[in-house]
Amino acid sequence: MRSPNLLRHAWAVASKDLLVEFRSRTAILSVAVFVVLVLVVFNFGRDPTAVSNLDLAPSILWVTFTFAAILALNRAFQLELENHALEGLLLAPIDRSSIYLGKLIANLVFVATIELIGVPLLALFFNVLVLPYLAPLIAVIVLATVGFVAVGTLFSAMTVRTRFAELLLPVLLLPFMIPPLSWAVLATGRLLAGRPLSEIAGWLNMLAVYDIVFVTLAVMLFPATVNE
Amino acid sequence: MLLAEELRHSFGAVRALDDVSFSVQPGQTLAVFGPNGAGKTTLLKVLAGLIQPQHGRAQVDGGRRAIGWIGHQPQLYGQLTVRENLRFWSSLYDAQPPGDLLTRLGLEEHADRPVRALSRGLVQRVAIARALVHDPTVLLLDEPFTGLDRIAAEALSRLLARHAAAGRATVLVTHNVEEGTGLATHVAFMRAGRFVHFAPRAGRGPEQVGEDYRNAIA
Repeated sequence: MRSPNLLRHAWAVASKDLLVEFRSRTAILSVAVFVVLVLVVFNFGRDPTAVSNLDLAPSILWVTFTFAAILALNRAFQLELENHALEGLLLAPIDRSSIYLGKLIANLVFVATIELIGVPLLALFFNVLVLPYLAPLIAVIVLATVGFVAVGTLFSAMTVRTRFAELLLPVLLLPFMIPPLSWAVLATGRLLAGRPLSEIAGWLNMLAVYDIVFVTLAVMLFPATVNE
Repeated sequence: MLLAEELRHSFGAVRALDDVSFSVQPGQTLAVFGPNGAGKTTLLKVLAGLIQPQHGRAQVDGGRRAIGWIGHQPQLYGQLTVRENLRFWSSLYDAQPPGDLLTRLGLEEHADRPVRALSRGLVQRVAIARALVHDPTVLLLDEPFTGLDRIAAEALSRLLARHAAAGRATVLVTHNVEEGTGLATHVAFMRAGRFVHFAPRAGRGPEQVGEDYRNAIA
């Protein structure tokens, strides 16, 4: 009986977060503007004769997604501090892991929305072909995003009640983001260069293992991080 | 129904609970009075399971599902409407909000307004409704009358009286002797984390309890 309840409560938390975000639209709009600005600035700031689009595009794509995700992660538990709603969640007779899973789902939807905006803009501004490699590119983006958002959601819960939450989160998150981001940048570069899929299979496997390990760890550790 | 045994808890050098023991039986309402910093909120948080005490144990029959909490903060989401808030909180308890809950608290006409658009008093009423969505058997109340106008305060008093009459337990903490005494079957005074007085109210009115409180706390 634990799993259906866990998932039902997780979905209740996630849909509440998404409804709150839909009503205010402040975070999604500011992050969307940020993504557009970064891509525009990089587009006009680069020297196409010095570095080719294909070399530059993967790094810029992932830098943009990373900053957008950190903005999203910072607000994930801030919402629960308003009117001490976090206390209400902790009081409820639910598995505390369902709070984590709910937040993870909401953060993933948020970051995925940003990625949906970012990928077509990258293709447009940097003149790179995305459509022929769309399925494997989506696989890379999904696997990498799940990994760093899973860790980021846990750290967001850990830091939210500290005085320097917005500073602490990226500092703590950085070492954990480096592996999935490196693999994602390398895999994206190979994909956009039209290399065979077998060249990125290893990185996809590494990303999948990273996701399994860190989602499991985060689900197990989350209840301890929110104890007063 | 609710049991606290030898509770001790400190925050650094500050002892918030110092050997607190008591029980509350069905139908009883315990009012805990004490000055700011006496440890009243910590006591409620330990009873609710929000804080694990460093010593002793607290037990509520039925666990977290049985507890309704009204605290300093309403634990509501400002962007959501009253109805959406109640629907969300009741879903976490796998319950349906009682049909007449909004009516009983005078919230029916505000049900589809976002909480952030409501006055302080109305928000507190919604917080009370939130605490009751799952029909709790034990109510833990931390200064529940704060921000309520007279009509809402009377509605809350009626609600708490009905709760006690149904054989349910309440622990109410406040620094205001006037507002807590009328509801209480038992009275405790708290100072520096300790119960310095714990006894049935035994017909004492607010003046008598106030005098006993001043004598005990002084």
